[in-house]
Amino acid sequence: MPNDDHQEDHKTNNKVSSASSWQSVVNDWSADKQSFDMPWGKLMMWIFLLSDTFIFSIFLTSYMNVRMSATVAWPNPSEVFALTIAGHHIPLVLIAIMTFILITSSGTMAMAVNYAYQGNKKKTVYLMLATALLGASFIGMQAFEWTKLIVEEGIRPWGNPMGANQFGAAFFMITGFHGLHVSAGVIYLTVIARRINQGKYDEKGYHIVEITGLYWHFVDLVWVFIFAFFYLW
Amino acid sequence: MMKQNTKIKIVASQPEQHPISMYLKVWLLLFVLSACSYMVDYFQFQGLLRWTLILIFMFLKAGLIIMVFMHLAWERMAVKLLLFLPPIAILIFIALMSSEANYVFISRIISFFNP
Repeated sequence: MPNDDHQEDHKTNNKVSSASSWQSVVNDWSADKQSFDMPWGKLMMWIFLLSDTFIFSIFLTSYMNVRMSATVAWPNPSEVFALTIAGHHIPLVLIAIMTFILITSSGTMAMAVNYAYQGNKKKTVYLMLATALLGASFIGMQAFEWTKLIVEEGIRPWGNPMGANQFGAAFFMITGFHGLHVSAGVIYLTVIARRINQGKYDEKGYHIVEITGLYWHFVDLVWVFIFAFFYLW
Repeated sequence: MMKQNTKIKIVASQPEQHPISMYLKVWLLLFVLSACSYMVDYFQFQGLLRWTLILIFMFLKAGLIIMVFMHLAWERMAVKLLLFLPPIAILIFIALMSSEANYVFISRIISFFNP
Protein backbone atom coordinates (compact mmCIF):
# COMPACT_ATOMS: atom_id res chain seq x y z
CA MET A 1 0.00 0.00 0.00
CA PRO A 2 1.43 3.36 -1.01
CA ASN A 3 0.16 5.36 1.94
CA ASP A 4 1.07 2.82 4.56
CA ASP A 5 3.59 5.03 6.37
CA HIS A 6 1.09 7.80 6.42
CA GLN A 7 -1.43 5.57 8.13
CA GLU A 8 1.08 4.42 10.69
CA ASP A 9 1.85 8.04 11.59
CA HIS A 10 -1.81 8.62 12.05
CA LYS A 11 -2.12 5.56 14.23
CA THR A 12 0.74 6.70 16.43
CA ASN A 13 -0.89 10.09 16.85
CA ASN A 14 -4.09 8.48 17.96
CA LYS A 15 -2.37 6.10 20.30
CA VAL A 16 -1.03 9.15 22.12
CA SER A 17 -4.40 10.87 22.31
CA SER A 18 -6.71 7.89 22.64
CA ALA A 19 -7.84 8.99 26.08
CA SER A 20 -11.39 9.45 24.85
CA SER A 21 -12.97 7.74 21.88
CA TRP A 22 -14.84 10.96 21.03
CA GLN A 23 -11.51 12.69 20.66
CA SER A 24 -10.51 9.91 18.24
CA VAL A 25 -13.58 10.70 16.09
CA VAL A 26 -12.54 14.35 15.93
CA ASN A 27 -8.98 13.31 15.07
CA ASP A 28 -10.12 10.92 12.34
CA TRP A 29 -12.36 13.47 10.66
CA SER A 30 -10.04 16.48 10.99
CA ALA A 31 -6.79 14.77 9.94
CA ASP A 32 -5.57 15.76 6.50
CA LYS A 33 -6.13 12.25 5.11
CA GLN A 34 -8.79 9.57 4.65
CA SER A 35 -11.19 9.50 7.59
CA PHE A 36 -11.60 5.73 7.88
CA ASP A 37 -8.39 3.86 8.46
CA MET A 38 -9.17 0.63 6.60
CA PRO A 39 -8.80 -0.84 3.09
CA TRP A 40 -11.21 0.92 0.73
CA GLY A 41 -12.92 -2.36 -0.21
CA LYS A 42 -13.82 -2.97 3.43
CA LEU A 43 -15.24 0.52 3.86
CA MET A 44 -17.28 0.13 0.67
CA MET A 45 -18.63 -3.19 1.95
CA TRP A 46 -19.66 -1.54 5.23
CA ILE A 47 -21.45 1.23 3.33
CA PHE A 48 -23.16 -1.32 1.08
CA LEU A 49 -24.29 -3.27 4.16
CA LEU A 50 -25.61 -0.06 5.72
CA SER A 51 -27.74 0.57 2.62
CA ASP A 52 -28.86 -3.08 2.66
CA THR A 53 -29.90 -2.59 6.29
CA PHE A 54 -32.27 0.10 5.08
CA ILE A 55 -33.76 -2.17 2.41
CA PHE A 56 -34.44 -5.02 4.82
CA SER A 57 -35.74 -2.58 7.45
CA ILE A 58 -38.22 -1.20 4.95
CA PHE A 59 -39.43 -4.74 4.15
CA LEU A 60 -39.84 -5.59 7.81
CA THR A 61 -41.49 -2.24 8.54
CA SER A 62 -44.03 -2.74 5.75
CA TYR A 63 -44.66 -6.23 7.11
CA MET A 64 -45.30 -4.70 10.54
CA ASN A 65 -47.62 -2.17 8.94
CA VAL A 66 -49.79 -4.70 7.07
CA ARG A 67 -49.88 -7.08 10.02
CA MET A 68 -51.00 -4.35 12.42
CA SER A 69 -53.64 -2.97 10.06
CA ALA A 70 -55.14 -6.30 8.92
CA THR A 71 -58.68 -6.82 10.19
CA VAL A 72 -58.52 -10.59 9.59
CA ALA A 73 -56.44 -12.69 12.02
CA TRP A 74 -52.80 -13.20 11.00
CA PRO A 75 -51.96 -16.88 10.28
CA ASN A 76 -50.10 -18.44 13.22
CA PRO A 77 -46.52 -18.97 11.93
CA SER A 78 -45.91 -21.63 14.55
CA GLU A 79 -48.64 -23.73 12.89
CA VAL A 80 -47.96 -22.72 9.27
CA PHE A 81 -44.30 -23.76 9.46
CA ALA A 82 -44.80 -26.91 11.52
CA LEU A 83 -43.64 -30.23 10.15
CA THR A 84 -44.66 -33.76 11.00
CA ILE A 85 -41.54 -35.88 11.35
CA ALA A 86 -41.91 -39.59 12.17
CA GLY A 87 -45.39 -39.04 13.49
CA HIS A 88 -44.41 -36.10 15.72
CA HIS A 89 -45.90 -32.70 15.06
CA ILE A 90 -43.05 -30.23 15.69
CA PRO A 91 -43.64 -26.48 15.32
CA LEU A 92 -41.15 -24.39 13.30
CA VAL A 93 -38.67 -27.27 13.16
CA LEU A 94 -37.31 -26.61 9.67
CA ILE A 95 -36.85 -22.91 10.43
CA ALA A 96 -34.93 -23.82 13.59
CA ILE A 97 -32.61 -26.12 11.62
CA MET A 98 -32.10 -23.37 9.01
CA THR A 99 -31.19 -20.95 11.80
CA PHE A 100 -28.61 -23.34 13.25
CA ILE A 101 -27.13 -23.95 9.80
CA LEU A 102 -26.74 -20.23 9.12
CA ILE A 103 -25.12 -19.65 12.52
CA THR A 104 -22.74 -22.54 11.92
CA SER A 105 -21.81 -21.06 8.54
CA SER A 106 -21.11 -17.74 10.27
CA GLY A 107 -18.80 -19.57 12.68
CA THR A 108 -16.84 -21.26 9.89
CA MET A 109 -16.60 -17.90 8.10
CA ALA A 110 -15.21 -16.17 11.19
CA MET A 111 -12.61 -18.91 11.48
CA ALA A 112 -11.75 -18.54 7.78
CA VAL A 113 -11.04 -14.83 8.36
CA ASN A 114 -8.84 -15.69 11.33
CA TYR A 115 -6.83 -18.29 9.38
CA ALA A 116 -6.49 -15.88 6.45
CA TYR A 117 -4.78 -13.31 8.66
CA GLN A 118 -2.54 -16.07 10.03
CA GLY A 119 -1.57 -16.77 6.43
CA ASN A 120 -2.97 -20.30 6.42
CA LYS A 121 -4.24 -20.42 2.84
CA LYS A 122 -5.37 -24.03 2.77
CA LYS A 123 -7.53 -23.81 5.89
CA THR A 124 -8.99 -20.50 4.70
CA VAL A 125 -10.08 -21.99 1.38
CA TYR A 126 -11.57 -25.09 3.00
CA LEU A 127 -13.46 -23.10 5.62
CA MET A 128 -14.83 -20.71 2.99
CA LEU A 129 -16.00 -23.65 0.89
CA ALA A 130 -17.61 -25.19 3.99
CA THR A 131 -19.41 -21.88 4.55
CA ALA A 132 -20.62 -21.85 0.94
CA LEU A 133 -21.81 -25.46 1.27
CA LEU A 134 -23.78 -24.64 4.43
CA GLY A 135 -25.27 -21.64 2.62
CA ALA A 136 -26.27 -23.86 -0.30
CA SER A 137 -28.00 -26.30 2.06
CA PHE A 138 -29.86 -23.34 3.59
CA ILE A 139 -31.14 -22.40 0.13
CA GLY A 140 -32.14 -26.02 -0.47
CA MET A 141 -34.23 -26.06 2.71
CA GLN A 142 -35.80 -22.76 1.79
CA ALA A 143 -36.76 -24.14 -1.63
CA PHE A 144 -38.36 -27.12 0.16
CA GLU A 145 -40.23 -24.78 2.51
CA TRP A 146 -41.52 -22.61 -0.35
CA THR A 147 -42.64 -25.66 -2.33
CA LYS A 148 -44.53 -27.05 0.67
CA LEU A 149 -46.21 -23.72 1.33
CA ILE A 150 -47.20 -23.11 -2.30
CA VAL A 151 -48.19 -26.64 -3.31
CA GLU A 152 -49.57 -28.18 -0.10
CA GLU A 153 -50.81 -25.21 1.92
CA GLY A 154 -51.99 -23.11 -1.02
CA ILE A 155 -50.33 -19.89 0.13
CA ARG A 156 -50.19 -17.20 -2.57
CA PRO A 157 -48.97 -13.58 -2.46
CA TRP A 158 -52.59 -12.43 -2.82
CA GLY A 159 -54.25 -14.82 -0.38
CA ASN A 160 -54.15 -18.00 1.65
CA PRO A 161 -56.59 -20.33 3.40
CA MET A 162 -55.33 -19.54 6.94
CA GLY A 163 -56.06 -15.87 7.44
CA ALA A 164 -54.94 -12.39 6.44
CA ASN A 165 -54.24 -12.08 2.71
CA GLN A 166 -51.09 -10.00 3.28
CA PHE A 167 -49.29 -12.97 4.86
CA GLY A 168 -48.15 -14.45 1.54
CA ALA A 169 -46.93 -11.16 0.07
CA ALA A 170 -44.88 -10.34 3.16
CA PHE A 171 -43.52 -13.89 3.45
CA PHE A 172 -42.43 -14.32 -0.17
CA MET A 173 -40.98 -10.82 -0.40
CA ILE A 174 -38.92 -10.96 2.81
CA THR A 175 -37.66 -14.54 2.73
CA GLY A 176 -37.24 -14.37 -1.06
CA PHE A 177 -35.03 -11.31 -0.85
CA HIS A 178 -33.04 -12.88 1.96
CA GLY A 179 -32.68 -16.12 -0.02
CA LEU A 180 -31.39 -14.08 -2.95
CA HIS A 181 -28.75 -12.62 -0.63
CA VAL A 182 -27.74 -16.09 0.54
CA SER A 183 -27.49 -17.29 -3.08
CA ALA A 184 -25.35 -14.30 -4.02
CA GLY A 185 -23.21 -14.97 -0.94
CA VAL A 186 -22.65 -18.61 -1.93
CA ILE A 187 -21.46 -17.50 -5.40
CA TYR A 188 -19.32 -14.72 -3.91
CA LEU A 189 -17.69 -17.11 -1.40
CA THR A 190 -16.98 -19.73 -4.07
CA VAL A 191 -15.42 -17.20 -6.44
CA ILE A 192 -13.21 -15.65 -3.75
CA ALA A 193 -12.16 -19.06 -2.36
CA ARG A 194 -11.16 -20.10 -5.89
CA ARG A 195 -9.18 -16.91 -6.43
CA ILE A 196 -7.38 -17.35 -3.09
CA ASN A 197 -6.53 -20.91 -4.08
CA GLN A 198 -5.09 -19.59 -7.35
CA GLY A 199 -2.85 -17.30 -5.30
CA LYS A 200 -4.34 -14.05 -6.58
CA TYR A 201 -4.19 -12.42 -3.15
CA ASP A 202 -0.70 -13.55 -2.13
CA GLU A 203 0.70 -10.11 -2.98
CA LYS A 204 -2.26 -7.94 -2.01
CA GLY A 205 -2.94 -9.49 1.38
CA TYR A 206 -6.00 -11.32 2.65
CA HIS A 207 -8.31 -8.44 3.51
CA ILE A 208 -10.67 -9.81 0.88
CA VAL A 209 -11.55 -12.69 3.21
CA GLU A 210 -12.67 -10.28 5.90
CA ILE A 211 -14.69 -8.29 3.34
CA THR A 212 -16.42 -11.46 2.12
CA GLY A 213 -16.95 -12.40 5.76
CA LEU A 214 -18.65 -9.07 6.51
CA TYR A 215 -21.18 -9.78 3.77
CA TRP A 216 -21.80 -13.30 4.97
CA HIS A 217 -22.23 -12.31 8.63
CA PHE A 218 -24.67 -9.64 7.51
CA VAL A 219 -26.81 -12.28 5.77
CA ASP A 220 -26.84 -14.20 9.06
CA LEU A 221 -27.66 -11.00 10.94
CA VAL A 222 -30.67 -10.28 8.73
CA TRP A 223 -31.90 -13.83 9.34
CA VAL A 224 -31.80 -13.19 13.11
CA PHE A 225 -34.26 -10.35 12.61
CA ILE A 226 -36.47 -12.25 10.14
CA PHE A 227 -36.55 -15.25 12.48
CA ALA A 228 -37.60 -13.06 15.41
CA PHE A 229 -40.14 -10.86 13.66
CA PHE A 230 -41.64 -13.10 11.02
CA TYR A 231 -41.44 -16.63 12.42
CA LEU A 232 -41.61 -16.12 16.19
CA TRP A 233 -43.68 -12.95 16.70
CA MET B 1 10.25 7.32 19.26
CA MET B 2 11.51 5.29 16.32
CA LYS B 3 11.40 2.13 18.37
CA GLN B 4 7.84 2.78 19.42
CA ASN B 5 6.86 3.30 15.81
CA THR B 6 8.13 -0.09 14.67
CA LYS B 7 6.38 -1.79 17.54
CA ILE B 8 3.01 -0.35 16.54
CA LYS B 9 3.66 -1.24 12.93
CA ILE B 10 4.01 -4.92 13.81
CA VAL B 11 0.73 -4.87 15.68
CA ALA B 12 -1.05 -2.99 12.89
CA SER B 13 0.14 -5.32 10.14
CA GLN B 14 -1.72 -8.23 11.74
CA PRO B 15 -5.28 -7.04 12.19
CA GLU B 16 -7.88 -8.81 14.32
CA GLN B 17 -5.79 -11.60 15.76
CA HIS B 18 -7.91 -13.46 18.22
CA PRO B 19 -7.63 -17.07 19.34
CA ILE B 20 -9.91 -19.54 17.55
CA SER B 21 -11.35 -20.48 20.94
CA MET B 22 -13.00 -17.04 21.15
CA TYR B 23 -14.91 -17.70 17.92
CA LEU B 24 -15.92 -21.16 19.11
CA LYS B 25 -17.24 -19.72 22.38
CA VAL B 26 -19.29 -17.08 20.57
CA TRP B 27 -20.54 -19.74 18.16
CA LEU B 28 -21.68 -21.90 21.09
CA LEU B 29 -23.34 -18.88 22.71
CA LEU B 30 -25.21 -18.12 19.47
CA PHE B 31 -26.35 -21.75 19.37
CA VAL B 32 -27.67 -21.56 22.93
CA LEU B 33 -29.41 -18.23 22.26
CA SER B 34 -31.02 -19.62 19.09
CA ALA B 35 -32.19 -22.66 21.04
CA CYS B 36 -33.64 -20.32 23.68
CA SER B 37 -35.55 -18.27 21.11
CA TYR B 38 -36.86 -21.49 19.56
CA MET B 39 -37.99 -22.63 23.01
CA VAL B 40 -40.08 -19.44 23.29
CA ASP B 41 -42.19 -20.84 20.47
CA TYR B 42 -41.95 -24.48 21.52
CA PHE B 43 -43.35 -23.80 24.99
CA GLN B 44 -45.89 -21.36 23.50
CA PHE B 45 -45.19 -18.37 25.73
CA GLN B 46 -47.73 -15.70 24.88
CA GLY B 47 -48.23 -11.96 25.20
CA LEU B 48 -45.74 -9.56 26.72
CA LEU B 49 -43.44 -12.32 28.00
CA ARG B 50 -43.12 -13.79 24.50
CA TRP B 51 -42.31 -10.44 22.85
CA THR B 52 -39.79 -9.45 25.52
CA LEU B 53 -37.97 -12.79 25.32
CA ILE B 54 -37.92 -12.70 21.49
CA LEU B 55 -36.45 -9.18 21.50
CA ILE B 56 -33.86 -9.95 24.20
CA PHE B 57 -32.55 -13.05 22.41
CA MET B 58 -32.65 -11.24 19.04
CA PHE B 59 -30.61 -8.27 20.25
CA LEU B 60 -28.09 -10.49 22.06
CA LYS B 61 -27.57 -12.56 18.91
CA ALA B 62 -27.36 -9.50 16.66
CA GLY B 63 -24.91 -7.83 19.05
CA LEU B 64 -22.64 -10.89 19.17
CA ILE B 65 -22.59 -11.21 15.37
CA ILE B 66 -21.91 -7.50 14.75
CA MET B 67 -19.40 -6.97 17.55
CA VAL B 68 -17.39 -10.22 17.49
CA PHE B 69 -17.88 -11.90 14.11
CA MET B 70 -17.87 -8.63 12.16
CA HIS B 71 -15.09 -7.27 14.42
CA LEU B 72 -16.91 -4.01 15.08
CA ALA B 73 -15.84 -4.08 18.73
CA TRP B 74 -12.24 -3.50 17.58
CA GLU B 75 -13.07 -0.79 15.04
CA ARG B 76 -12.57 2.89 15.72
CA MET B 77 -15.35 5.05 17.14
CA ALA B 78 -15.74 6.87 13.80
CA VAL B 79 -16.71 3.57 12.13
CA LYS B 80 -19.19 2.70 14.87
CA LEU B 81 -20.85 6.09 14.48
CA LEU B 82 -20.96 5.64 10.69
CA LEU B 83 -22.91 2.40 11.19
CA PHE B 84 -25.10 3.21 14.19
CA LEU B 85 -26.20 6.81 13.55
CA PRO B 86 -28.07 6.34 10.20
CA PRO B 87 -30.32 3.51 11.52
CA ILE B 88 -31.86 6.02 13.95
CA ALA B 89 -33.86 7.16 10.90
CA ILE B 90 -35.19 3.59 10.66
CA LEU B 91 -36.35 3.66 14.28
CA ILE B 92 -38.21 6.92 13.65
CA PHE B 93 -39.75 5.42 10.50
CA ILE B 94 -40.91 2.36 12.46
CA ALA B 95 -42.56 4.61 15.04
CA LEU B 96 -44.29 6.61 12.28
CA MET B 97 -45.48 3.49 10.47
CA SER B 98 -46.87 1.82 13.59
CA SER B 99 -48.96 4.90 14.33
CA GLU B 100 -50.05 4.91 10.67
CA ALA B 101 -51.00 1.21 10.91
CA ASN B 102 -53.11 1.90 14.00
CA TYR B 103 -54.93 4.66 12.16
CA VAL B 104 -55.58 2.39 9.11
CA PHE B 105 -56.79 -0.39 11.40
CA ILE B 106 -59.26 1.87 13.20
CA SER B 107 -60.46 3.34 9.88
CA ARG B 108 -61.02 -0.17 8.51
CA ILE B 109 -62.92 -1.29 11.59
CA ILE B 110 -65.14 1.80 11.37
CA SER B 111 -65.87 1.56 7.65
CA PHE B 112 -65.99 -2.24 7.20
CA PHE B 113 -68.02 -3.24 10.23
CA ASN B 114 -70.36 -0.26 10.71
CA PRO B 115 -73.47 -0.26 8.57
